[in-house]
Amino acid sequence: MGAIEKFQEIYENRGDYIRDWKTKHPEGKVLGCFCTYVPEEIAYAGGVLTTRLLGSHEIEDDTAPYLFGMFCPFCRDVLAQGLKGRADYIDGISDGNCCMHLLQSFEAWYLNVKPQPKIIRADIPCTTQSPKSAGYLKGELECFKEDIEDWVGRKITVDDLDRAIDVFNENRRLMRQIYELRKADKPPITGLESMYMVVASQLMDKEDHNKLLKEAIEELSDRRLDRETGSRLMLIGSENDDVAFYTMIEQGMTLPATVVIDEHCTGTRYFWNEVVPEEDRIQAIASRYVNRPPCPAKDWPGRIRFDHALRLAKEWKVDGAITIQQKFCDPHEIDMPPLRKYLEDNGVPTYFLELDVTVPVGQFSTRVEAFLESLMLDLI
Amino acid sequence: MNEVKRYPTKPFDCWGLAKELRMDIYNKLAQKASGERNWLVASGGTEGFIGLPAGLGDDYVPFGGEPYGASTGALGKSEEMMAHCERKGYARDLCGYCRNYLGSTFGDSFTFGGKYPHPDFYFQLHFCDTHGKWYQPAAEFTDKPYFAIDGGAMYRWPKWNESEKRKENKFNYLLQQLHDSIPWMEKITGREFNDERLGEAIYNEIISTSKWAKCCELNKNIPAPMDEKSMYAFYVVHVLRRHTKEAVEFFNILYDELKDRIAKGIAGVEYERYRMIHNSQPPWYALDMFRYLEKFGVVCVGSQYDFMLSGGWDYYYDENDVPHVRAAEPPEGLKDQVKTRDGALRALTSWYLNYGLEARSFRFPMIERRNIDVSIARDWNCQGAVMHLNRGCEGWAVGQLEVRRALVEAGFSVVTYEGNVADPREYDGPKTYARFDAFLEGKGLKRLVE
Repeated sequence: MGAIEKFQEIYENRGDYIRDWKTKHPEGKVLGCFCTYVPEEIAYAGGVLTTRLLGSHEIEDDTAPYLFGMFCPFCRDVLAQGLKGRADYIDGISDGNCCMHLLQSFEAWYLNVKPQPKIIRADIPCTTQSPKSAGYLKGELECFKEDIEDWVGRKITVDDLDRAIDVFNENRRLMRQIYELRKADKPPITGLESMYMVVASQLMDKEDHNKLLKEAIEELSDRRLDRETGSRLMLIGSENDDVAFYTMIEQGMTLPATVVIDEHCTGTRYFWNEVVPEEDRIQAIASRYVNRPPCPAKDWPGRIRFDHALRLAKEWKVDGAITIQQKFCDPHEIDMPPLRKYLEDNGVPTYFLELDVTVPVGQFSTRVEAFLESLMLDLI
Repeated sequence: MNEVKRYPTKPFDCWGLAKELRMDIYNKLAQKASGERNWLVASGGTEGFIGLPAGLGDDYVPFGGEPYGASTGALGKSEEMMAHCERKGYARDLCGYCRNYLGSTFGDSFTFGGKYPHPDFYFQLHFCDTHGKWYQPAAEFTDKPYFAIDGGAMYRWPKWNESEKRKENKFNYLLQQLHDSIPWMEKITGREFNDERLGEAIYNEIISTSKWAKCCELNKNIPAPMDEKSMYAFYVVHVLRRHTKEAVEFFNILYDELKDRIAKGIAGVEYERYRMIHNSQPPWYALDMFRYLEKFGVVCVGSQYDFMLSGGWDYYYDENDVPHVRAAEPPEGLKDQVKTRDGALRALTSWYLNYGLEARSFRFPMIERRNIDVSIARDWNCQGAVMHLNRGCEGWAVGQLEVRRALVEAGFSVVTYEGNVADPREYDGPKTYARFDAFLEGKGLKRLVE
């Protein structure tokens, strides 16, 4: 099995990987992360395995007693995994002061999932644009570090932090290296495979992931996919690790299409920027989280995200962008009309789809096919 | 029916004053829109620091997005305003208040008549996911400056053992942002900021929010001197203008009137035999539901929502480790503290972080949000709860089903109905009443009044 397939295996059998990790690290703790704003480097420096809590894209009713139906499908899907006992390897949970939808799942997980996990909160600022955000976050991360130290029963040294920063930065660098390959006219890796790669990074020990990434770079150097690239698409919006969705776009259409770039949190938003070394390691980590491509929930009062998304669209030479959004997500809903206008004013056609736990492949494929046709009309 | 006690009741003497104080704001905004008078209007959430721009001058008028959204709903204008918003591509499941506000902005249409009073600048406090985002498209549409304060790093609940170091960091973060806002306001308005006015505004804000909480505490009395529908008319004074001396005076008047009503046994509703809390905002276009419940002898005596909007409450554990809420006391020496800019801003920061329970429970609900509703139901002598499963406000719906479960586990019966704070298209009146009928029948409560 090659590295690319290994990413898929980790995605599909994350529990097996994490249980195996715990066997190899009997003293190790696993911290389930509800959001990509959890400062993973610090937990990792304390010997903790950080793993993102995601859904399974299956219809469920386990969450109905705990979450009102108007909350986003993703937060319900995440909680369902805990309630179904599928994440029994989790020792603690952390939130990153994310959106209220996920914070509610975080609460319900703590109250209802057995065994009850340790809570390690990180009060990340709600905006990353304030001139005071980075300074505040440094103080908060110092407290987060102390919480981790109390939990694992040992001090986190500067060397520990340096090692964690190096591992994470390498991980980000390697994934960007692979994303660069997607600029090619015939990208050697599909959007679905790229998603497997990024989500595997969120799930597993970054050192293990780095080894796979290096293997993947070797594999991709002379990989030729037996498929037509077709329309070059960008996915912009909410979390999306839905295999059925990617498969529909890349394999389910009469017209060929490939997702070549993305701007969402199971994609570039997770790994785009590195920790820039500073004498004060905690400040360096804080600055990284403040300067990363923002989630819409943290992108105010100005807009940083739109320019970043457009830059990606241009550099990866996309023909069009599919803007995706988890139903009921206010921050995305407020961004969506001006984002689409901004992209279209700048020559990037867009098409909007609203996501639920499962995707209506029949309807979506008809709609996306029509969008692809409209892109081809532009070519004619 | 003869066995049911009938309490004396009468309209509130201060009702007219509450209405006057509310409409004073909207009348000024209408003057701004018509060009009759160029008030300095700052718009943002009313959970925000509405007193801060008071330092810019006596002509400052706060234009709160949520109460405007609520008024739009109550006056039957939501569909018109929401249509303006939805035509721009905004989702139908977006915050109901936000759609009313943005729709009015885009459509240049004011709920109270005439053109929309576009503000001079936007000034917002963010603690709910929608808040910081809400005024982005508005500011872009009107090309007006926008300042937003991050108030989402709240203190934790008492038992979460938050370190003093962490609290100090949060305090300083918020305080620094408040300081930063003042030179920004000076720059965009070209005005010199007056710290004396600021001090007065912050003093008034703290006094009036505390006093409103004390008014709410009087509703523990049986019979309750206020019914919830009346409370909406009163709480709006501190929502809209708690930083003004008129608000302080109003809550002193209301408090005295409530004491007087209690002394005389005057009730909010004449048949009070089943007391309930109402969880979440009401559907503003359907307030007659409270009158419907009254026909069965049901009185809603308050809620986390109308008690705690805009702060002023202390969450604590008693000697038996039972959680309660009580009116927060203004700090000693407040009058002296607000004499300097830094002192005033520190007082406001402390008040918000310690007693802004609404903001805290939006971002970190945990067991405490459940505890607050249970403690209100218990300490305000209720038997049950009406819960609005509110599709129009994410913040008040956060943790709602956990609250429901906690109430039931604590012995309070809960009837839920689904709706939307501002969008009547998501509310089914007959179905709601049918649910009430079934619930009340189960409680053996027959209709007393046709």
